[in-house]
Amino acid sequence: MAVTTDGRIHSWDLSTGVDGPGTRFVLFVAGCPLRCLYCANPDTWHMRDGKETTVDEVMAEIEKYRAFITTAGGGVTVTGGEPLLQPAFTGEILRRCKEAGLHTALDTSGFLGARATDELLAATDLVLLDIKSFDTTTYRHLTGGGLAPTLNFATRLDRLGVPMWIRYVLVPGWTDDPESVEGLAGFVAGLGSVDRVDVLPFHKLGAAKYEALGLPFPLRDTPGPTQDSVERVRERFRAHGLTAY
Amino acid sequence: MTITVAADNRAAGAWREFAGTGWRERIDVRDFIQANYTPYEGDASFLTGPTDRTRTVWEKISALFPEERRRGVLDVDTATPSTITSHAPGYIDRDRELIVGLQTDAPLKRAIMPNGGLRMVESGLKAYGYEPDPFVTRVFGTYRKTHNDGVFDAYTPEMRAARKAGIITGLPDAYGRGRIIGDYRRVALYGTDRLIEAKEAERARLDTRPSTADVIRDREELAEQTRALGELARMAETYGCDISRPATTAHEAVQWLYLGYLAAVKEQNGAAMSLGRTSTFLDVYLQRDLTAGTLDETRAQELIDDFVIKLRIVRFLRTPEYDALFSGDPTWVTESIGGMGADGRTLVTRTSFRFLQTLYNLGPAPEPNLTVLWSPRLPDGFKEFCAQVSIDTSAVQYESDDLMRPRTGDDTAIACCVSAMAVGRQMQFFGARVNVAKALLYAVNGGRDEMTGDQVAPAAPPLTGEYLDHEELSAAYDRVLDWLAQTYVDALNVIHYMHDKYAYERVEMALHDHPVHRFMACGIAGLSVAVDSLSAVKYARVKVFRDASGLAVDFRTEGDFPAYGNNDDRADSIAVGLVESFMAKVRKHPTYRDAEHTQSVLTITSNVVYGKHTGNTPDGRRTGEPFAPGANPMNGRDRHGVAASALSVAKLPYEQARDGISLTTTITPEGLGHHPIERAGHLVGILDAYTAAGGFHMNVNVLDRTTLEDAMAHPEKYPDLTIRVSGYAVNFVRLTREQQLDVIGRTFHGSL
Repeated sequence: MAVTTDGRIHSWDLSTGVDGPGTRFVLFVAGCPLRCLYCANPDTWHMRDGKETTVDEVMAEIEKYRAFITTAGGGVTVTGGEPLLQPAFTGEILRRCKEAGLHTALDTSGFLGARATDELLAATDLVLLDIKSFDTTTYRHLTGGGLAPTLNFATRLDRLGVPMWIRYVLVPGWTDDPESVEGLAGFVAGLGSVDRVDVLPFHKLGAAKYEALGLPFPLRDTPGPTQDSVERVRERFRAHGLTAY
Repeated sequence: MTITVAADNRAAGAWREFAGTGWRERIDVRDFIQANYTPYEGDASFLTGPTDRTRTVWEKISALFPEERRRGVLDVDTATPSTITSHAPGYIDRDRELIVGLQTDAPLKRAIMPNGGLRMVESGLKAYGYEPDPFVTRVFGTYRKTHNDGVFDAYTPEMRAARKAGIITGLPDAYGRGRIIGDYRRVALYGTDRLIEAKEAERARLDTRPSTADVIRDREELAEQTRALGELARMAETYGCDISRPATTAHEAVQWLYLGYLAAVKEQNGAAMSLGRTSTFLDVYLQRDLTAGTLDETRAQELIDDFVIKLRIVRFLRTPEYDALFSGDPTWVTESIGGMGADGRTLVTRTSFRFLQTLYNLGPAPEPNLTVLWSPRLPDGFKEFCAQVSIDTSAVQYESDDLMRPRTGDDTAIACCVSAMAVGRQMQFFGARVNVAKALLYAVNGGRDEMTGDQVAPAAPPLTGEYLDHEELSAAYDRVLDWLAQTYVDALNVIHYMHDKYAYERVEMALHDHPVHRFMACGIAGLSVAVDSLSAVKYARVKVFRDASGLAVDFRTEGDFPAYGNNDDRADSIAVGLVESFMAKVRKHPTYRDAEHTQSVLTITSNVVYGKHTGNTPDGRRTGEPFAPGANPMNGRDRHGVAASALSVAKLPYEQARDGISLTTTITPEGLGHHPIERAGHLVGILDAYTAAGGFHMNVNVLDRTTLEDAMAHPEKYPDLTIRVSGYAVNFVRLTREQQLDVIGRTFHGSL
């Protein structure tokens, strides 16, 4: 019997080296509970704006790329929006991909980590965990949500032995405070299943989308970080024995 | 027979330590390579940088480039029609050069080659402020007919009309056809005495055949080939090289091979003057000297660097219009590198690396057109190095060794951009291309041209509905394509008959076997425009707007339609169908000298000019807007990343486009990964996956749009900025403004 779990998706795309290892089929699901000030994809905020799609339809699209992404050392990444806003749909896709022998990745803020079942995580080869700040107050200002669920999720992933790549977006004036970075590095270093840390410079390539949607881009006037400051933050992670890029 | 013995005696020293027998008995370079080469499976760590000598020579010649760029040409010998022996020796820096030989007596001084067409020479001269020489004008205007004259004597009015309307275009009817690769390696391995002897034997075999037109032509051509080999030896002598005998060292092997190539570019101003597949052949010689201790790595690299310097300064006198069409001054000195052997060993050698290393030692450049024959089975170290070179220079193209090897063998080289042929055994009649997007508009308009209103194709009832009907359009399109294929092949037959007669490639053909296998290389342009237009008519509704004379001049699309380039079979199958159907139509028409029909999906850079001459199309493209290059999806319509785009192109059947299917991709550095150290590995993955999916060719540019915009504003900062366009590379700053905007307007596969 074909599974007919429905979900709402924004789009899909093929990308290389930015959403997990290799060239990957990247599914953007619609809807996100957070409103990060630097969000590059404001068009994925609302589930209602997504296109209703069945798991079978998504799998049929992925099937067209199976040979390509396998040869290219890649796989499938479910991202968003927030994929755990639709845990049944996301879980089903991860399970079916895993069954098909594809490498699977889940790109999440961890805010809804509690909704990820153990079964969903068992079908996930890699979690790309965005930790947007290690300071509770900053986290709330930056995202509109709380930090604790993300940290709990990270601890749980570690306990289950699910490999993680931690992603940290460096935003001048927001996330470059050395103390907060140091705290995060210490926390992450305590997680045995973290393979690497990606320090990603904040960029404004999503600005045009805000304009198109008639929304103000809150960080419009915030500059990107300098190459030096990105490298300094990476060094802080490395000082804790972590692999940081 | 006594000559054979003498040649063999002389060869004994030159061939010391070489293994194998077949290649000694007959002219067979592939057999020599197979018996003697050393596959290399390691990485790039053995390579060396440029020596002071190399730097000095390169700086000396490149100091002339700015002046040449400014004036269009640095200098021209207006009075001496070029032949193999026409000019005294020339040098860049006689004491420092390791590999010698220039087309004329001074670097970058161009020669005239009026055999192809006097008009082209005269307009080339006038454009750059030179007066045509009266003697040359009298000889080629009065006494000696040219290829161009011959063609126009035999063109029909229909061919002329099709040519004028630009539905068939780029035809080599006024210039050298090119795309013929002499097996220049033969000069090094055998020396000219032995080659002449073999040619004489080939000719003797024709003595007993009745003197029909075909046999007479073959005899005359073989006599000319023999004569050309003699001229080649005499030209070499003026540089102090006795190439009547085989090369005895690596240094001589590079020099002999280059002199063979030099003779070709002194005799022919071909559109593409490709080099072949020389690196692994030369590696045998370099390896022998390295083992003997008479050469070290630094010197080995110097020889290749110096050879490549020579290949970078091949020049022809062309018209500004020609240069505008082809983006600068391309010569398509294509060198095919790598690949796998039929026996499963890789054909990658250290010299494969050394050729690519020249892009670091001398800096990036469009020529020679370095072409890697890719297979997922290539050694990892080589794959990583190629990818890194692409990321650093955007100067490399890739073609599927796995598609070519079963068809043209493991000694295949690329002529021009994407045309595969077995070196020394196969050649092609270059046929440019037809505009299948314009043909679709002819189908709508009953054979009238949408820009001029002229009746070009045979009159047929135009489509008259308010909306285009898919079935009706398809039927009309099919009839137009029938006519187009016939007119096209017919015109090519005229062109190549005359080219053989008036501008025969004597020395290039002397370095081929007789009889040679010939391809008739047809081609199509505007594929993605035609496909998306058909898709729009099929899946959306396309309303027609007509002018007072009933000519459809504009279209409005209502609704969405799938576009080619998104790995969507609804659109991609239309592309496959069009390629298959046009090939089938081409095959119906007999060819000159029974050449085997092939076609390419390649535009060179004429996608801009084609677009300029094609009206509004039903896919929403506006009149004058450039086409996508080659087999590329239309700019900006491939929305799902490089993999989806590439997989659409990979569906086009190589068997129905044996002259090559060209895909030009531009990926931003970030589009290959956040982290620079991972990018080469990711690019290897993409190339492996594309090749495994049946993709044929990929130009890889790794560039930011901002870099290109900055280069447009400040060209002086980017003299070496090289980008791949459509089967070859160009200096970005030498493109016309229109072409620069076209490149910037293409899809950049990146990521947010």
